[in-house]
Amino acid sequence: MADEKKAKKKPKINPKRISMPKQTPEERVRNFEEVALGFTPELAIQEAERCLQCKKPKCVEGCPVEIDIPGFIAKIVEKDFNGSIAVLKEKQALAAVCGRVCPQEEQCEILCILGKKMEPVAVGRLERFAADYEASQGKVEIPHIAKKTGKRVAVVGTGPAGVTVAADLAVLGHDIVMYEALHDVGGVLMYGIPEFRLPKDIVRREVDYVKKLGVEIIFDYVVGKTRTINALLEDFDAIFVGAGAGLPWFLEIPGENLNGVYSANEYLTRVNLMKGFRFPEFDTPIKRPRRVAVVGGGNVAMDSARTALRLGADESHIVYRRSREELPARLEEVENAEEEGVIFDFLTLPIRCIGNDHGWLVGMECLKMELGAPDDSGRRRPVPIEGSNFVMECEAMVASIGNSPNPLIPQTTTGLEIGRKGNIVADEETGLTSLDKVWAGGDVVTGAATVINAMGAGRKAARSMHEYLTGENNK
Amino acid sequence: MVPNIHELVVEAPDVAAAIKPGQFVILRPSETGERVPLSTSDFDREAGTITCFFQVVGESTAKLALLEPGDTIPTFAGPLGLESEIENFGTVVLVGGCFGIGSIYPIARALKEAGNEAHVILEARSKYLHYWVDRHEAIADSVTLITRDGTLGTKGHVSRIPDILNKLKIKPDRVIANGCTFQMKRVSDITKPLGILTIVSMNPIMIDGTGMCGVCRLTVDGETKFACVDGPDFNGHLIDWEEFLQRRKTYYEEEIEPLRRSGTGTTVHVCRNC
Repeated sequence: MADEKKAKKKPKINPKRISMPKQTPEERVRNFEEVALGFTPELAIQEAERCLQCKKPKCVEGCPVEIDIPGFIAKIVEKDFNGSIAVLKEKQALAAVCGRVCPQEEQCEILCILGKKMEPVAVGRLERFAADYEASQGKVEIPHIAKKTGKRVAVVGTGPAGVTVAADLAVLGHDIVMYEALHDVGGVLMYGIPEFRLPKDIVRREVDYVKKLGVEIIFDYVVGKTRTINALLEDFDAIFVGAGAGLPWFLEIPGENLNGVYSANEYLTRVNLMKGFRFPEFDTPIKRPRRVAVVGGGNVAMDSARTALRLGADESHIVYRRSREELPARLEEVENAEEEGVIFDFLTLPIRCIGNDHGWLVGMECLKMELGAPDDSGRRRPVPIEGSNFVMECEAMVASIGNSPNPLIPQTTTGLEIGRKGNIVADEETGLTSLDKVWAGGDVVTGAATVINAMGAGRKAARSMHEYLTGENNK
Repeated sequence: MVPNIHELVVEAPDVAAAIKPGQFVILRPSETGERVPLSTSDFDREAGTITCFFQVVGESTAKLALLEPGDTIPTFAGPLGLESEIENFGTVVLVGGCFGIGSIYPIARALKEAGNEAHVILEARSKYLHYWVDRHEAIADSVTLITRDGTLGTKGHVSRIPDILNKLKIKPDRVIANGCTFQMKRVSDITKPLGILTIVSMNPIMIDGTGMCGVCRLTVDGETKFACVDGPDFNGHLIDWEEFLQRRKTYYEEEIEPLRRSGTGTTVHVCRNC
């Protein structure tokens, strides 16, 4: 049988991955709906058939949550789509989210054997397909939930790290209460990543799944303020802190407090969480200036620049001090931005925000850069070209250069070791903090990173928490 | 309470249990509403309630003003920000105007309990805009009222503070001002040459209020601070007021526009200072 399959398939491997239908750039820059439309079952099977079903799959080694990648793909080939999502859910409560926003090209797909000679298997697109298929059938399978352990766990934050911990521990029979500071679920999945890249209904759908596992979610509860971690320890056997991102970094150049200068966190939160793009139906306003300059080169910068276009900007710029090659954003997102007409100003460094008499931004003074010798990150260091100053006219600037971990829990918890950057110090392998019974993971530990890294940290913490909760000392 | 100052009492036991004077809350009046930060004016830990005063300045506060007793709101989160510094400073003058007449009250009470001599100065445009005078009188060493039209107490505005200090024969160790931005700026301008440390409670635009979005930033002593996690209390003599006032006005047009359009029936009666 195996031989037969090999003989049948080997000559047929398509060197190119199947492309996923998308809204055209002209169409999508005028709406907030999802850009990528997803595979049809036929396209998914075609792509899944490209997988070699390696015995020792390299791709799995690259996955922070250790998904059985060949396993879920094999089920797609067999047209057992529900079986496919079941394989995913063994390791992953957020398949529809990760299929969309994980940087697969640098995790699983980069290790795909096919990738040596042709395009690697499109793991992310297949993951998304399996999750969306299940949702479209309207019946979501709930896995077997272990016998109740009687242990109570608090999870602080309903972002990707917290949701992973909650789902993992709920299945193992622990009682979970999640605390959310904002009025909606998902953390950065809700306030940060735009609708056109990750529809909010999908985030809600995935969190609903966690609720179906018996997890309770309490909103508008600011742990650290409404109640401290130390106080919560009186009611819980263990706590996981996934409080997420904190204060945005600015460039620390003159004029950054002018009206019209935003952090990406503010800009995106107004639009995504508060639905500013539907003002005045929703009450939170957002300015819609003609020329927007987004400073930075990561995924958040791409999200901001593409949001500006959808809000009606004539010109939306990415201002980045290095070149295209060094952009930290996913290539897919860079290409989407380029297609939509985002203007990339590489090797450009803003040095001053310029305001009018009323305190509104009217432009930025910038320097042109050139690339010098490699720096600590291994990337060539951008060096200013003397006398290259010029003024870029813009009515909004969005600083998208990262943020520190959220300060509230570090500020208010006694006995918690805090790192130099204001982060909670947690063991990389277990997520355990310096405080007994308290684990942490995600951006509150690492500073701004990816959704899947937060989930990976959640997975490791859940494992360690479960060991602790069921361990000898805790019977 | 008085024209366009509304009193809101919310049952929120978790918030009431934790709140300290000087902290604020964030609420949403409806599912489509903004996240509105409000100073708190009193709390009852036993009843689990928080009292806030607010002024109608836009769509969200207009919706809030139309709530009936017994209604619920979707979000009431807090306490947020750092508590006011409470210790025995000696003699303290507390200046309240507008919603700050309410929010200065728990601070005055706590300072009095900490052993201070607490003198309260309340400012309003006219007699009918004063409220909670009896409450202040019950806790403070003295209460002085100012009205701009002279219908009650001292005529004028906060620029009369030096006269009032003379009349009371006190030399305060600290002045604390709560109210609209313009009033707090004026108080800071007046106390600066007198060399009296002045603490103000800043009220910038906020969204999450939990140290994430960065919109509430202001410049204090040349450094960027975030009111939601570093404040709301700051030294009024070190604030870049002009920048702060400009930032407050960012969404002025958008705040007023829906009110005109929707005709919620609420009289907009905003002092045009801030």
